[in-house]
Amino acid sequence: MNFSGLIHNFGPLTVTGLAQGAIIALFALGYTLVYGVLRLINFAHSEVFLLGTYASIIVWGFFGLDQNSPTPGMFAVIGLIILGMVAAVVASGVTAIGVELIAYRPLRRRNAPKLAFLITAIGASLAISETVGVITGRNIRGVPRLIRQTDVVVIGNTHITNLQILIVVLALVMMFLLDRFINRSRLGRGIRAVAQNPDSAALMGVNQGRVISLVFLLGGLMAGIAAVMYNLKIGVTRFDAGFLLGIEAFTAAVLGGIGNLRGALLGGLLLGVLQNYGAGLFGTEWLHAVSFVLLVVILLFRPTGLLGESLGRARA
Amino acid sequence: MRQVLARAIGGVALVGLLAGTAACNSDSGSGGDSADGNCGFKIAYFGALTGPAANLGVNIEQGYELAIKQYNDKKGSDCIQVAKFDSQGDPGVAPGVARNLVSDTKILGIVGPPFSGESEAADPIFEEAGIPTVTPAATRVSLSANNWKTFHRAVANDDAQGPAAGNYIKDVLKAEKVFVADDQSAYGAGLADVVKQTLGSSVVGTDKTEGDGKQTDFSATVQKVIASGATAMFYGGYYQNGGLIRKQLTSAGWKGTLVGGDGMKDPGFTKAAGNSAAIGTVVTCPCSPPEKAGGSFVKDYQAEWNTAAGTYSDVAFDAANIFLQGIDQGNTTIEKMNDYLGSVNYQGIANTYKFTATGELDPSLIKVWAFKFDDSGDAVADQEIKTS
Amino acid sequence: MSSTAATPGKNGRRLNGNLRGWFARQPVWVRIVGVLAVIALAYLLPYTAEIPLIGPQIVTEGIDWPSALFNMSYYVLLALGLNVVVGYAGLLDLGYVGFFAVGAYTVALLTSPDSRLGTEWPWLAAVPFAIAVAMISGLILGWPTLRLRGDYLAIVTLGFAEIIRIVAQSTETLRGDRGFTDIPHPPGQQTDGSALFGVRDATPYYWLGLTVIILVVLGVRNLDRSRVGRSWLAIREDEEAAEIMGVRTIKYKLWAFAIGACIGGLGGVMFAGQQGFMNSGTFVLQFSILVLAGVVMGGSGNIPGAILGGALISYIPDRLRGIQDPIFHTDLFGFRFAIFGAVIILIMIFRPQGLIPSRRRAMELKDREKEAAPS
Repeated sequence: MNFSGLIHNFGPLTVTGLAQGAIIALFALGYTLVYGVLRLINFAHSEVFLLGTYASIIVWGFFGLDQNSPTPGMFAVIGLIILGMVAAVVASGVTAIGVELIAYRPLRRRNAPKLAFLITAIGASLAISETVGVITGRNIRGVPRLIRQTDVVVIGNTHITNLQILIVVLALVMMFLLDRFINRSRLGRGIRAVAQNPDSAALMGVNQGRVISLVFLLGGLMAGIAAVMYNLKIGVTRFDAGFLLGIEAFTAAVLGGIGNLRGALLGGLLLGVLQNYGAGLFGTEWLHAVSFVLLVVILLFRPTGLLGESLGRARA
Repeated sequence: MRQVLARAIGGVALVGLLAGTAACNSDSGSGGDSADGNCGFKIAYFGALTGPAANLGVNIEQGYELAIKQYNDKKGSDCIQVAKFDSQGDPGVAPGVARNLVSDTKILGIVGPPFSGESEAADPIFEEAGIPTVTPAATRVSLSANNWKTFHRAVANDDAQGPAAGNYIKDVLKAEKVFVADDQSAYGAGLADVVKQTLGSSVVGTDKTEGDGKQTDFSATVQKVIASGATAMFYGGYYQNGGLIRKQLTSAGWKGTLVGGDGMKDPGFTKAAGNSAAIGTVVTCPCSPPEKAGGSFVKDYQAEWNTAAGTYSDVAFDAANIFLQGIDQGNTTIEKMNDYLGSVNYQGIANTYKFTATGELDPSLIKVWAFKFDDSGDAVADQEIKTS
Repeated sequence: MSSTAATPGKNGRRLNGNLRGWFARQPVWVRIVGVLAVIALAYLLPYTAEIPLIGPQIVTEGIDWPSALFNMSYYVLLALGLNVVVGYAGLLDLGYVGFFAVGAYTVALLTSPDSRLGTEWPWLAAVPFAIAVAMISGLILGWPTLRLRGDYLAIVTLGFAEIIRIVAQSTETLRGDRGFTDIPHPPGQQTDGSALFGVRDATPYYWLGLTVIILVVLGVRNLDRSRVGRSWLAIREDEEAAEIMGVRTIKYKLWAFAIGACIGGLGGVMFAGQQGFMNSGTFVLQFSILVLAGVVMGGSGNIPGAILGGALISYIPDRLRGIQDPIFHTDLFGFRFAIFGAVIILIMIFRPQGLIPSRRRAMELKDREKEAAPS
């Protein structure tokens, strides 16, 4: 145990943890949305994210950019990031809806047991990530350096870079927009209605199929944004990148209270930061162990996560 | 009714899939039974082709396959067949695949297994079957202490490379503060431990990461490196993590030198790090620069596989060629092949190969070189380092 | 619900349902002979390749057939154990590989010369200890966590398995990736004096695995038909109702966890005994997820279903090794997990109740299908 190291590096570990946590939080929203409405762990959500990372890299590749190209000018960068996000969001959204149509909808028609959904989700996840693995030769794909990280704020040994600020701000903005959408819009009301009680929602004239597609789409959109942030921060993707981060995102969703949007944000940020503290205290190899131990402890005292579940009852 | 129909279609599709796959089983075993006395045999590759470590295995397989293709082109026929066995790099999978390999009596030798773990699990089976193996990459020291007669190692083990890397940091970089980390693999941790011993008190901090493909965010490690004030970092591990760590170190403003072992000597390193961040990174390798040996391996490899040769591709190429030379000399049984390996003295592109009684490379022939990544992303020879 | 059970509708006349019904109506001696015949055939499986025409289509190409059978045997064992937890008691466990690891590591620690304990016991002596340790670990995990419901339990068990993997990888005592070498094989000699459980031939390991499976099936089947089994059923269907009716839910849930852990540990023991070497690389999360897929695919809550599912998750990828696709003539083995994923989806879509469902489950499902809201 290395307490002095943790205390000395407390600031930097917090900052890097928040940036990682923001990405996890965006990713976790997909799990939480689907769970809130369908009570289903959408295992294939990790692959929704994965295809987002590849889509943005491919689009940047059209402009002749790879990991070795110099950083373009400011306006070009903004344009490229937006383009990358559009590509990632489209790819992730299409994947999410595709998975819903192929792997879940046929089961829902038959009112199949919940476990069956979980297994088709696992099947879809395997099929997609392994296909990507074969196509890419299981090699890594480098990301162009669109943002040259520079310190914006320096407090003691804590450096906050432009990229870290971008990631956290963007995550908060997306979160805010999503929250508004769910709580204020007509479609959002439909989502909340189905989450609360699918049968009465159907009786009240809510088109359940459309609502479910919408939920998958929203989760896909968030995953697409998260994918671009991940690309910019980590700088490389690979066929199993989704699976690895997916476990963390799922953990974050449960930590905050699965089915609860704000819980996902809280869980993601908390997980990112606590993992870093754990790594500082015990060594990086214990990073994930620390987060799981924390999860178990928190669930023992708050069995439905920090903020509790329920998408339907989330108040404005 | 619709459901019944759908179910029927599904059933038919499944049966069709199975029948289709079954139909193509039959043609996988045919081969060139050429009249030439030394033809019709196989040299096998045993190692990961899929699974999380597949990228490392594929490098080796392609080096091995290139050697056999060139040999067959020279002969003008499909004289020696390629036989690939995918262990997934997993000691749990390896025995079943190894038992399958030994049932093929045409196999005269095996290039592999690349990893130490799967070697421990599969080599006893090869030993019992008497098929000689030449591993291009498994560097765990204890492998040669098992009294396996068929075991041969075409690279220096961790005990030879570790001190060299340590010496380089001490004597060439003259670093007084060094951070040492590893990926907890048998290879990476073994190497890092030897480096720590060599460097002694100049090690100011250590850390451990997860293995390749299991971790991508190294911000905690990066933070520790910066906080330790180290001017050099040694990472015992493979190129993917190495490249990511280099990239994230550079992003965080650390300007020291990253040093790694041969597991990082791969174009994938710059793919992960980006050329500009990779510049100046040093990797040690118990091999000589290929341009020293002459020949056109680097070019040929690029032409054949449309990608640059990676970690151990050259050693695998040599290992396959050692077997092919043996076949040329008429060693067409596994016993003769094993005897031949005991006395071989082969000048390859990465090294000169001569095995001791335990299957290790002759210590007098081991050379460790340092390579440095330049601005085009290639690891170019820097200098030879003393190993003790 | 009861009306469906009394008068099976036309749709209920599925092939296996009828076959099973017919079988259940036969006199005892016919049933015993039938079961014995199936067992005898199972023992003869290593010689499948000798059957003309059909045999070569069944055996695996890229992996030695007896080894593939042995692999299937420990997957089946794991599926049987997980079936107790998921199928009977209805507890979603995503970290079952943890118990497999505990069993295997206990054997390694007690027997391998690399171990710090320095005991170097023979394999057989380590077996009861390994099973006991696995069972205790099941209780330790279960005691605090079984209060959690459904998906929360799932993520906690998943975390538990990851913690075990990380501990195995990162502590000196468990040797991480370096692993344990020279784990002894099971005892026994052939008539010519050579070891019965050698390294070259996996057939004896398969037979051993099969024997263990038969014993486990007998045990689990009896439990399922006892008071314990009925309590599990009650908990699975409605935990609150069960609690109110006087079923001590925590106790029986712990039972399910401990028994599942025991069987999982046994799988690890078999694995270590065949392997001779093991390290932390085997106990990855995907392993648990695969076994769970096997149980549900085969038919959760039903022993023959779990056996079939467990065998399939090992067999399908192994069978796809060494096969070339008919169009591009590249090796299909790279795609085997992708194909496998697609097969899982297909099976679940066409048979959401599993390939061989428990009869009760199949009827429930039919009930639910009728309730399905048109969408």
